[in-house]
Order: sequence, then C-alpha cells, then structure tokens
Amino acid sequence: MSALLEVSGVSVSFDGFKAINNLTFQIGAAEMRAVIGPNGAGKTTFMDIITGKTKPDEGHVLWGEKSISLLSMSESRIAQEGIGRKFQRPTIFEDQTVADNLMLALKKNRSPLAVLRFRPREEDHAKVADLAEQIGLTAALHRKSGELSHGQKQWLELGMLLAQDPRLLLVDEPAAGMTPAEREHTTEILVEAAKTRAVVVVEHDMEFVRRLNCKVTVLHEGSVLAEGSLDHVTANEKVIEVYLGR
Amino acid sequence: MAYLALTPRRRPLVARYPSIAIFLGILALFTVGVTVLAEGFGIGLISTSFVKTLGKTLCLCLVALAMDLVWGYCGILSLGHMAFFGIGGYAIGMWLMYARTELIVIESLAAAPLPPTPQEISDGIATQIFGVVGASEFPPIWSVAHSLPLQLAAVVLVPGVLALVFGWLAFRSRVTGVYLSILTQAMTLALSLYLFQNDSGLRGNNGLSGLQNLPGLDAIPQSTISIVFFWASAFALGLGYLVCAWVVSGKFGSVIRAIRDDEARARFLGYSVEAYKLFIFTFTAVIAGIAGALYYPQAGIINPAEIAPIASIYLAVWVAIGGRGKLYGAVIGAAFVSLLSSWFTGGQAPDINLGVYTIQWVDWWTILLGLSFVAVTLFAPRGIGGLFDLIAERRSPDRHGAALGPDAGALREKEADA
Repeated sequence: MSALLEVSGVSVSFDGFKAINNLTFQIGAAEMRAVIGPNGAGKTTFMDIITGKTKPDEGHVLWGEKSISLLSMSESRIAQEGIGRKFQRPTIFEDQTVADNLMLALKKNRSPLAVLRFRPREEDHAKVADLAEQIGLTAALHRKSGELSHGQKQWLELGMLLAQDPRLLLVDEPAAGMTPAEREHTTEILVEAAKTRAVVVVEHDMEFVRRLNCKVTVLHEGSVLAEGSLDHVTANEKVIEVYLGR
Repeated sequence: MAYLALTPRRRPLVARYPSIAIFLGILALFTVGVTVLAEGFGIGLISTSFVKTLGKTLCLCLVALAMDLVWGYCGILSLGHMAFFGIGGYAIGMWLMYARTELIVIESLAAAPLPPTPQEISDGIATQIFGVVGASEFPPIWSVAHSLPLQLAAVVLVPGVLALVFGWLAFRSRVTGVYLSILTQAMTLALSLYLFQNDSGLRGNNGLSGLQNLPGLDAIPQSTISIVFFWASAFALGLGYLVCAWVVSGKFGSVIRAIRDDEARARFLGYSVEAYKLFIFTFTAVIAGIAGALYYPQAGIINPAEIAPIASIYLAVWVAIGGRGKLYGAVIGAAFVSLLSSWFTGGQAPDINLGVYTIQWVDWWTILLGLSFVAVTLFAPRGIGGLFDLIAERRSPDRHGAALGPDAGALREKEADA
C-alpha cells in the first residue's frame, strides 16, 4: 500500500528551539492513526507543517499518488487538495448559523467568482441536513452557532470537517470536554471515516486511543519515539520513561 | 424526506430580506418628494443648493455602502476609500473642465479672421486650464480628457486598478488589522500630497473647478441640472444597495464574514483569503469611484484636500455611527452625520452662550462628532441602525464580552445578532 502522506526528515526550530527534529511519518489512504506525546512534543507543530501554517527548515512533505510536495502550497491550496483539520479549541464561525457553517465547508469550488454565483441546490441542502443529523444538530440547524454548547461546537466542527470530504483528516483532541456517551459517538464517526480515508487523531486520553484501536505514533521532543499498536508502545521502555512517567 | 421541512426554499432576494424593499421604497418616496418640492420640476420649496446637498448626501451614502462592505462585512478597516472616491471625481472633472473650456476657446477664436487650427484650440484650452499653475501645455495624464467615454472608463478603471495593485501587494504579504489601516492611510496621504504639487498635472491645490457647468448645456438652468443629478445619485444608490445586498446575502457573504471573524479558519477550509479580500477591496473601490464621479459635478469643485486621510476617517466614523455590518446602517450613518455636519459647519446651528464662553458650532462640531463616535463605540455598538433592530426585537448574543472571532476586525458581542 502506497502512502497518502509522507513526511520525511522534517525539522523546524523557533528561535533556536527545535520543535520538530528530523521527523518521519507515513499514513496510508484508508488508515486511522493516533498520535500521542507529552506537552511540547511537537504534535500541534506537526499538524501546522502538514496544513501549511508553518514552513519547515528542512525535509519533505509529499502528498497523494503523484507525490506532490505540499511545502510550496498555501494553506487554502492544501485544504483544497483534501486535507481537513479540526482544532483543539472549537473554531467555528460563531456569527453564522449551523447550516451556514456546514454550507461553507461543503466540498465545492472555492474561487471567489464561483462562490459569488453559487446558489445551493436541493442536494446541497440535503447534504447539510444529512450532516446535521450525523452530528446531532438537526434541531439547531438555523441557530447561530455561537449559541451552541461547547460540546455541540465540537460536533459542528467535526461536521464541517466531514462536509469538506477530505482524504486526510487531522483531528486535535476531538473528545475534549465531551461526556462518555458523546465520546462513544465521536469514536464511531472517526472509525467510520477511517474506512475510506486517512485519519490522524492527536489525543491525550489513553482510554480514547484504546477505543480507536489503531496504530499509535508516540512523539517526543519533535521526533518519533515509538510506533506500533497501543500495547506495543506502552510496553516500550523509553515511552514509559518520558510519557507514562512510571 | 425529513430534511425538506428543515431547509428553507430559495426565495427571491427581496423576499428574503424585507429591509431591501423597505429601503428602496423609502429612497423612491424621498426622490419623488424632493422632485415635487424642488425648483426644477416642482413647486420650489427646496432651494437648488439644498437639492445639490441632498444629491451629494446620496453619493456619500453610496460610498458608505462600499465602506461597510469592506469593513463591516470583510473586516478590512480601509482608510483609503475616500481616495478612490476622489479619483472618480477627478476623472469626470477632467472631461467636464476640458470640454467646457474647449467650447469657450472655440467661441473666442471664432471672431478671428482665419479659422483656428486644432493646435491653436488645444493651446488655448491648455493656457486656460493650466495658467493658474504657470503652465500652458497638457500633461500626459490629460491625453484622453477630450473623450467622455474614456474618462468615464477611467472613473471605474483607475480606482479599480489602483486598488487591485495596492491590495495585491498588501494582502499577499498578509498585512492585517491596524497595520493595513496605516498602510491604506499612507497611500491616501501620498496621493493627496502628490496632487497638491503644481506639476502633478491636475492643477495642484487649485484642483478642478466649475464642474457644475455641463459643457454645451448652459441654457439649462442649474435647478434642472441639480434635480437630474439628484435622480442619478438616487438611482446609483438604489442599484448599489441591491448589488451589495446580493453580494453579501449568499455564500459569498458567508465567506467574507467568516474571513472577518477568523481568517485562519477560513484558510483551512480551503478559501483563499487573499483572493476574497482583493475582490472586495477592488469592487468597493470601483463603487467609491462611481460615487465620487456623481458627487463632484454637484459639488462643483474638487481639490486634493478632499482626498486627505481625514475624509476616509470620517467615512469610517459614519459607518460606525450608523452601525457596521448592516447595509442600511451605513446609509443611515452617512446621511445623518453628513447632513448634521453641514448644518453645524454651515453656521446654521445657533451658538450657545454660556456667559463666560460662547460655543460656536463651526469650531465645536468636530469635537461633538468625536465624542459621539466614542460614545457610540462604547455604549451603542450597533449604532443608529441598531434602533431598527430594537423594533425588530433583535438581541445581542450573551457571550460574556467575548468577540465573535479572534481577528481584529471581528464583530464584537454587542454588534452581533443573537
């Protein structure tokens, strides 16, 4: 199986501090991966590099069957390539309704002129309604998203991510601030998504990671410390030392 | 299917936003009312100069719409839109001045024994126009001044191209917030200082004058011309309102409001923030240019002081006082503040005698305006337009003081609808 995303030898430093140090990472086209690591391990910077927010000092980030480099692309171009991101803190457009937020995210031509002419069709409304049902926000579809509870905002952002129909989902602590039942539902959505696309989940909560039941990458000081099944990495001496603290 | 009940069907723009119909209705009534009361075709209760003031006010409302689009909806606090307005005025003023001077020169040369050569006519016009700055030749910038269609094209193209180039340079370097405001203000200041020079080719600080006299239409009284310009301004404002409402109503409006509140997020959704900002900046610059081209023939004179940064700051003040992020707010703000301003500064407001000191409004108006701007920003962020929201029972969301997004231009809690 060829890799969908291939990160190799990437390093970046901020004011002399090496946030990412010779990091190498691969993920297949339909794969779930959990990324764990202590605070400051470089998880967020890792996502910033893939999504184009941070340019690395060295290394390669190759994407797709044609192995095109993401490094010269803008954030919006990378997103159009099919990489979607969910932030740790829910970031939605609070002045707009749930339906507007989902409509914004729907996979469509993003150029200004196309958007200016765009009028939602029956199937677009159906898609939005469908997504709203999936994330349990059907009743709130025409409410301003700023009024939603923290958990509902998390859902909405997850819904926007799915609306983009990306090939790779980067999800930062999706279950933060959720009840156990909501976590269960989040797990289902992510596992379902990973059947057809690549999903990278950054998470602190070991229980949640266990439920995802996938390959785990442990980051430490900007590079990969261990990789494998959860049982495999938690048995690793170095991982126990730096992360589990036992 | 269940979703059918949940999704509103697509209705015409005017049906979805009753404020558009109300606005156009009020504008139509106002236009008819002024026509009936004015001297041109009506009973003459309103003086010609006041008709001109009202016509100019409509043009200011149009440029305020542009400002609301760029600032209220897209979060770009541009302090350069009155420069585009002025450029539109200069573009039309050049033709007006050229064509009228040409008629005068031809008339005066007609008495000569030999018919004048084109060169003589051209020299005559140049001497007439540029004598005041000590020149007698046309600078290159006037090369198409003889052609009305080309100068009309310049009304749209010069502000558009300038905004496109400036915006491209600024937005692609990701200059945002207060830095962008400073940059636009610097552009405005540079343009105004350049135009102040005698060798700028646009008559330095004298500016262009006599613009109220339309070439070849000397027989038509100003009372008629003023009402025709008033109609044109009302039509432009109505059309501008419709176009702006259309732009902000659909998904495009959704995207630019998203950019205003959180542009980084919009980028990660795949929207090229720079392209959208550039589009809105250029589009509104063109609207401003058109508004200026209608304004200055009614004002009669344009000079570089009109382009000074303070004019653009006033524009932002109007939009803030009217209510940012609502099209009718911008129009109300511009109309209310500019009319009040001409009342106060025109010496019509009665002085207030405090015994030890007499408040003369000509001097104190700016201070009153500044204080009301601060007061509106602090205590009534929805501005005058917010009064209509009170009637419509729209409330602000309860966000414990948090703005609706992380960006500098993001809507604040009290500006937003719940």
